[in-house]
Amino acid sequence: MDESQQEFAIRVRDLVVGFGRQTVLDHLTLDVRRGEILGLVGASGGGKSVLMRTIIGLIPRQGGSIDVMGQPVGGRKEGAATTWGILFQQGALFSSLTVRQNVQFPLRENLVLSQELMDEIAIAKLEMVGLRAQDADKYPSELSGGMTKRVALARALALDPPILFLDEPTSGLDPIAAGDFDALIATLQKTLGLTVFMVTHDLASLTTVCDRVAALADGKIVAIGPMRELLQSEHPWVRAYFHGKRSQMLQHEMR
Amino acid sequence: MKPEPLLLATPSGDALKLRPEGPWTAANVSALETLSRSVGADVDRSSVVTLDLSGVSALDTLGAWILEKLSRRAASSGRSAEFVSVADHFSGLMDEMRQVNRHTPAPAAAQNPVLLRLGDLGRSTVGAREDVTIFLQMLGALFMAVIGVLRRPRSLRLTSLVYQLYRIGWQAIPIVVLITFLIGAIIAQQGFFHFRRFGAESYTVDMVGILVLRELGVLIVAIMVAGRSGSAYTAELGSMKMREEIDALSTMGLDPVHVLILPRVAALVMALPILAFIGSIAALYGGGLVAQFYGGMSPAIYIARLHEAISVTHFEVGILKAPFMALVIGIVACSEGLRVKGSAESLGRQTTTSVVKSIFLVIVLDGLFAIFFASIGM
Repeated sequence: MDESQQEFAIRVRDLVVGFGRQTVLDHLTLDVRRGEILGLVGASGGGKSVLMRTIIGLIPRQGGSIDVMGQPVGGRKEGAATTWGILFQQGALFSSLTVRQNVQFPLRENLVLSQELMDEIAIAKLEMVGLRAQDADKYPSELSGGMTKRVALARALALDPPILFLDEPTSGLDPIAAGDFDALIATLQKTLGLTVFMVTHDLASLTTVCDRVAALADGKIVAIGPMRELLQSEHPWVRAYFHGKRSQMLQHEMR
Repeated sequence: MKPEPLLLATPSGDALKLRPEGPWTAANVSALETLSRSVGADVDRSSVVTLDLSGVSALDTLGAWILEKLSRRAASSGRSAEFVSVADHFSGLMDEMRQVNRHTPAPAAAQNPVLLRLGDLGRSTVGAREDVTIFLQMLGALFMAVIGVLRRPRSLRLTSLVYQLYRIGWQAIPIVVLITFLIGAIIAQQGFFHFRRFGAESYTVDMVGILVLRELGVLIVAIMVAGRSGSAYTAELGSMKMREEIDALSTMGLDPVHVLILPRVAALVMALPILAFIGSIAALYGGGLVAQFYGGMSPAIYIARLHEAISVTHFEVGILKAPFMALVIGIVACSEGLRVKGSAESLGRQTTTSVVKSIFLVIVLDGLFAIFFASIGM
């Protein structure tokens, strides 16, 4: 392994993705370092989720290359759960399985282990994300929004993947729950040494937990760096995003 | 070669030193389970256990939990266990593991299987009563909605009604015609085949005519409509319930029974007699074709025999049943749809229940009507 592979968890080069005639991502290049939390911001419908879904292989790309942990991403899907965990925006829990079975699902499908150990690991994961063992036998339809996200996070982390993708993890949560969730992600990231790729609009998350922030506009990454640097950026869209009325108000309050 | 995880145990008197080595990660889980089981007896025998983590090259939640479990086992009943030389980057994870699985709720006590069966029986008895209640509630709500429409005719959802009529009436015609045509043809063929032995071929026409008009035409069509349209109603209303669309309607001050259910049930009640009529004619036509090509009976004779054999009463008996069957199908389909809970599984279950229940009730109703018409002499 050469040095660049050690340093970067995800390397995206010249990525082109489009639907029909419309080009969504236009020669996009992005590096995610190992062990960092990268926040991705961009306009609604601007291709943030498309970028994430292309990296995890849900959307075919028209050009460019994607390396994850030094391996090019191809059509191969086996072992995906051991490479990355994904927290979908709505949780995407399997509605016919209990919380415990949801968390055990990746374990059951990928490893050979005893039921006893599987139960203990599932409870351990649930407790790590701040749920109680009593919640394990509930069905997803009986959970609140915040709990659904936590269970989805526990499932994403079931196999201790090195990379975690989060699609708007704090959307739909109240500020206290969102703050708790941010803190949880920061803690887990430190404990498990995760690389976190987070699509978010939550300015508070961007400021508090993200090591670096990437701004996606016009199908390209127009600015990347720590939050401080992004606030200085001269790019008109980035300025509008961070210095618009809403953002100004929030930043003012935060000061 | 990939490094394998190891667990070295060095007992010295009462003390035991455990030294895990290599990658203690999920990828090696079966090896890890074997290793931790193999030292179990030694751990139980020793009063002081030391876990030396200096040889561990990689550690994840699963490996950390297995180590923590060993240490808990060693520390039980007044003995002691400790971790030494935990690398900095593993200490956070080990600390985290120390917190988890402390309050495992007691597993539910195993129940007596006989009691469990009895409990199920009791629950389904109560459930059956609940089914009847729900059916009557829906019937009442529909009745109220009909009165509301009679009082203010403009409040009828005409667009919805016409659309439902188109979907469950007009679009169902081809399949209804095809199936009833085949059924009529099969009955006629069987009649000719078996009646021929005692020279009663001409009575085949009586059998086809009476059977189709009184019973089979409407019954077959009702069963097909229950499977085709009843299931669609349940699935539609169920997914609306899941996406809180029905709640949204109620909060806007609209009655879901009035807006969603009345047009659907009314469309069924109007469409089923028409479909039953078309189906009966198709069945008679099928019987006539078989009479001509298999029984050697010319169409003119077939029609003349039919004319003698059947009367308007037979037709009335059949067609009078249709709206009641439609009402039963509609009420069962809609109330099952509203009983859908959040999950995809529940949607599937209620759709199945809806079809099974409405077909069952249609046949029961047909039996009741048979008794009724027999006793009033129709």
